[in-house]
Amino acid sequence: MFSNLPLLSLVIWTPIIGGMLVLATGSKNSIEAKVLSLLVSLVTLALSIPLYTQFDSSLASMQFEELIPWITTFHINYHIGIDGISMPLIVLTTFISVIVIIAGWEVISYKTAQYMAAFLILEGLMIGTFAAMDAMLFYVFWEALLIPMFVIIGIWGGPNRVYATIKFFLYTFLGSVLMLISLLYLYMHAADVNGVGTFNIQDLHKLPLALNAQILIFLSFLLAFAVKVPMWPVHTWLPDAHVEAPTGGSVVLAAIMLKLGGYGFVRFSLPITPDASMTLDWLVILLSLIAIVYIGFVALVQADMKKLIAYSSISHMGFVTLGFFLLWKITDNTGSASGAVLGLEGAMVQMISHGFISAAMFLSVGVLYDRMHSRMIKDYGGVVNTMPAFASFAVFFAMANAGLPGTSGFVGEFMVIMAAFKANFWYAFLAAITLILGAAYTLWMIKRVVFGAIANEQVEHLEDMSGREFFMMLLLALAVLAIGLYPAPLLDVMHATIDNLVAHISVSKIP
Amino acid sequence: MLQNTNFVIPDFMPAMPEIFLLSMVCVIMIIDLFLKDESRGATYILSLITLMSSALLCFATFPEQSISTFNGSFILDPMASILKMAICIIVIAVFIYAKDYLKDRNIYKGEYFTLGLFGVLGMMVMVSAGNFLTVYLGLELLSLSMYAMIAMQRDSIVASEAAMKYFILGAIASGMLLYGMSMVYGVTGSLDLASIKSAVSGADRVVMSFGLVFIILGIAFKLGAVPFHMWMPDVYHGSPTSVTLYIASAPKIAAFAMMYRLLVDGLVGMQADWQMILIILSILSMVFGNVVAIAQTNIKRMLAYSTISHVGFILMGVIAGTQAGYGASMFYAIVYAIMSVAGFGMIVLLSRAGFEAENIEDFKGLNQKSPWFAFIMMAIMLSMAGVPPFLGFWAKIAVLQEAVNSGFLGLAIVGVLASVVGAFYYLRVIKAVYFDKPIDNTPIQASMDIRLTLSVNGMAILALGLYPTALITLCVSAFI
Repeated sequence: MFSNLPLLSLVIWTPIIGGMLVLATGSKNSIEAKVLSLLVSLVTLALSIPLYTQFDSSLASMQFEELIPWITTFHINYHIGIDGISMPLIVLTTFISVIVIIAGWEVISYKTAQYMAAFLILEGLMIGTFAAMDAMLFYVFWEALLIPMFVIIGIWGGPNRVYATIKFFLYTFLGSVLMLISLLYLYMHAADVNGVGTFNIQDLHKLPLALNAQILIFLSFLLAFAVKVPMWPVHTWLPDAHVEAPTGGSVVLAAIMLKLGGYGFVRFSLPITPDASMTLDWLVILLSLIAIVYIGFVALVQADMKKLIAYSSISHMGFVTLGFFLLWKITDNTGSASGAVLGLEGAMVQMISHGFISAAMFLSVGVLYDRMHSRMIKDYGGVVNTMPAFASFAVFFAMANAGLPGTSGFVGEFMVIMAAFKANFWYAFLAAITLILGAAYTLWMIKRVVFGAIANEQVEHLEDMSGREFFMMLLLALAVLAIGLYPAPLLDVMHATIDNLVAHISVSKIP
Repeated sequence: MLQNTNFVIPDFMPAMPEIFLLSMVCVIMIIDLFLKDESRGATYILSLITLMSSALLCFATFPEQSISTFNGSFILDPMASILKMAICIIVIAVFIYAKDYLKDRNIYKGEYFTLGLFGVLGMMVMVSAGNFLTVYLGLELLSLSMYAMIAMQRDSIVASEAAMKYFILGAIASGMLLYGMSMVYGVTGSLDLASIKSAVSGADRVVMSFGLVFIILGIAFKLGAVPFHMWMPDVYHGSPTSVTLYIASAPKIAAFAMMYRLLVDGLVGMQADWQMILIILSILSMVFGNVVAIAQTNIKRMLAYSTISHVGFILMGVIAGTQAGYGASMFYAIVYAIMSVAGFGMIVLLSRAGFEAENIEDFKGLNQKSPWFAFIMMAIMLSMAGVPPFLGFWAKIAVLQEAVNSGFLGLAIVGVLASVVGAFYYLRVIKAVYFDKPIDNTPIQASMDIRLTLSVNGMAILALGLYPTALITLCVSAFI
């Protein structure tokens, strides 16, 4: 029935145009802006559902493809499409965006229309980044989404927001510009090889490249994506940005923007520079393990709840990058690449799952912060006595964050650790340590904040969650449980694509 | 015995826009003499009509291929027509922005407009020059107009200082340029760019190299490339903003054209030599401009240093030394003029009688006074920083692509790293606009025509950023 609709374009542009409409309502009447934003985000979510239901999971190729020539001089096309890797991330984005709009409902009173509009535009740009099949289109979305995030942290953030947001912007900008040079180089190289330059990502996947060129390109990609993920040692913008951002900003940042970095690795680094990835996989594995273990310890000592969750995010994202780059070590060790699929799929599940869990964790902190205006662990204690419903959710999400079986946090980490075992016992050993560490820092925080005797008078007068807050938490809890108990629907859609990816990167591209 | 050669009447058609403009300026000058101060609006309207008609004439005379007339001293090619149209349109915006500013400061005189139009004529001659003398003629017509425009606010000490500084340094640079031209003339025996082009290969390399260096020096001064940039911050800062608008926008387009005419039309045989020099100028400009801009608190000075860094990028396309590279540079020059005129237009918008919005602080809290213009300011700044989806991003992409294609990978990397440094000071302006509280709550007092033009200008930066294809294609096809 809808087969002729450019569905993917609609999912990208509905929130962007909707966001502009929200801006047009002005800041006078904030309720209009809020209702309109919610409507736009719900429509976008509804539009994204057919992307899942009509997705043919037996195919590894691009689906819902659209191609319109854009800048013909440089052969840049408006070329979008999704496969098993990007589709779940897009649905995650539309889902989280609804939550974010609801989360800002009563909390944001200053320039509400601009706040809501910024998030809607951000949503569209993030979906565009996941859907772009043209490298330059990807870059445009990738950079453009810094703008709304910059504004969100800068206007509605905490006391040190200006520092945090400029650091965030410059860090990511610096990471990306060298990627831009690499893309321009690839365009020129394609012109040398094929006679005509191209930014088409799938064509770049097939482009033969000498090893030394691959290594330089790989490193520039690594910088761009490592900053976004973020990986140790370029992670330092994240705690600042998270701490200062408003709750909605933190949620989007952790749930979706970090995933852009992970997505970049599977879309660009691995398929475009497979030989460099093979040569330098030790580097990524090393950085991932450092992130997993060292950042886990750093999280342990945080006094600020948001900072703790931010470090926990970095640590969890370490699993993602670890899972992506296990292929060659597994092949060396076992002689077959079959375990690599497990690692990649685990990493993908971990990205989706972390999207839900980190969103929920930041929302929990937001719930407390809106009441007490403090993020410090020491200001709390015994919250369970006054907010029992909140406490149960907080404990549940803490368990999920620690990787309790039955929650989504377990599935991804378990798959990556299984794959790591096939590569090297010590990788798996170090990664598994995090399960203990993760449990330690999360549960210790919960113990200090939620349990115990009522710490002070303010805690004594806390009111439990409102219907709005309860609803958001419930949605996220259901998602976490669903993936934890029955991950098959998620794994099915990505299986064909990941098989294809592994087959592609196992073959050398050196001419 | 001197044989009486046949006097051939040259083809005037290719020069129609210039001839029309010159006639109109003379008419306007005379009309203005008889106007009372309160009816000065007539001069203003006439000037706008003249510029629009000139732009239309450029469009009407758009050539299929290169035409030369006046014995080769005047060239009309697609590049010239496009650049002339761009210059006229940019100066229309300049005049509209400047009108109220001039009124509020009691310098709303006819001279501003007539000098401005003479400057436009100079630029158009530079763009179409096919001979050293035509280049120099156009350049001096432009420069002398600008010196006088800066000095118009004669009670202002900074403006007088700026005019003096610009005049002395400009005269030295013109002298250098002439000196270089004389050397090239001495070796090749011609002032005509086309004959020089064919004579380069057999010419004495040493003298030619000296000539080239002096010519590049003159070009670099007009463009404002490091280390010949010293005048720019002082002149931008000291001039009344109405004049800074003018100096900072269209003349850079003309300077690009001058560079193209001299280096490519004339001295393309020495490409390897000038490439080396331009690479150094480009790197210095991009790095120095962006780094020093960070330290500025005055937004006019900041934009001056930002211009210097943009000049580095404009040079990058020329360095690439390919037709596509020249097209990319030309695209960059036009984009720069659009952004620059909008940036200074914002300063005019926030200024009012007795108040100059000169410091970054004066932009604080703009989002609370006018979310619309706050957004436009953000678009301008991000476009200058080269963040997509704004127009400036594509300008950077175009020159970077050509630099990479021609194998100047290192230059491209320096360029993008410098632009990361640059992003910081643009972001600082956005920070003032969006994150800070306003210092005073005086509402914006600008009149409707400024608001409208600035809105169109700002939206052009966004709209052309979303669909730059037409403009890029136009610029690139001008060189094929």
